[in-house]
Amino acid sequence: MHTMGEHPHGFLALFLSVALAFPLIMLGVAWLWVRFFQPAKPGPQKNATYECGLEASGDSWIQFKAHYYLYAILFLIFDVEVLFLLPFAVALTDLSSGALIAMLVFILLLAEGLVWAWNRGHLEWK
Amino acid sequence: MSDPSSTRAPDPFPAAGNLSDAEREDLRRHGILLTSLEELYNWGRSNSIWPLQFGLACCAIEMIAAATARFDIARFGAEIFRPSPRQADLMIVSGTVTKKMAPLVVRLWNQMPEPKYCIAMGACAISGGPFKQGYNVLKGIDRYIPVDIYIPGCPPRPEALLHGLTQLQAQIKGERMSGPDTARHLRPEEPSEFPIPDYGAHDLEPPRNPDLFQPPSLPRKA
Repeated sequence: MHTMGEHPHGFLALFLSVALAFPLIMLGVAWLWVRFFQPAKPGPQKNATYECGLEASGDSWIQFKAHYYLYAILFLIFDVEVLFLLPFAVALTDLSSGALIAMLVFILLLAEGLVWAWNRGHLEWK
Repeated sequence: MSDPSSTRAPDPFPAAGNLSDAEREDLRRHGILLTSLEELYNWGRSNSIWPLQFGLACCAIEMIAAATARFDIARFGAEIFRPSPRQADLMIVSGTVTKKMAPLVVRLWNQMPEPKYCIAMGACAISGGPFKQGYNVLKGIDRYIPVDIYIPGCPPRPEALLHGLTQLQAQIKGERMSGPDTARHLRPEEPSEFPIPDYGAHDLEPPRNPDLFQPPSLPRKA
């Protein structure tokens, strides 16, 4: 305890060493056990991916529609805007003209993206 | 009866083997605990059997009851029902195994890591039970996978399941790490996967694993 008291963060080194030693000892004992006592018995069914009793069918490399991706992007417009609009509204009367113009440009840029998506017809689910 | 220890191969871990049970008990009373690697290994395994969370029919309701506070399977260290066969030690075949379900049960069994144990719970899992004459019910899960403990009953009460579990614990505690009667999972030639039956036109194909199960034959008088 005396040596640990020398540095205020000395206990972190102790935590780190325990956090490293604990899993390493576990994995080491398991490895030694397999090496010396218990033969490994892998097999095609034991190594299969699916573990519900049913046989896996098809390929995991399938294509799926990326349609929702556009809505996630459009949602980000409003998400980011709200994040900045709330402090903007609170501090509106105290803002300098430079800050006001910068904020308006920011909103315009985001609104332009929305108008672009609207014009392309992305807001209608097809 | 000859002494069973004389027929055994020499024990490579004789830490506790040279003392008699009375001597060890005497030492234990004085606060000295002696053990062998084999005993420690079996003690740890037998007191932390994790069953597969897997119910087939009404026996599963009794299995659930065994896990509740009233019967409390946690007293025996087996309360951690795992939803994945990769993490389970024990498969409790709790209920009627239909022929539709049998390949799935065998596949789950194959996916469990060694050492693994199987309890056939209830009349259906043992022999088909009241549905033995049915066209769609497997007449005992031991036709496809090796069963360690059979628990009769229709369905067996939770106490019966707990008794079966303690019997399994006793079996695990008696397993040997070396010698001619080495435990199954420690022998490299013993299979860990068993053939999965296919859905045939009228029955599962094959109808049984001939290495595991042979139907009893009636000796006829000439």
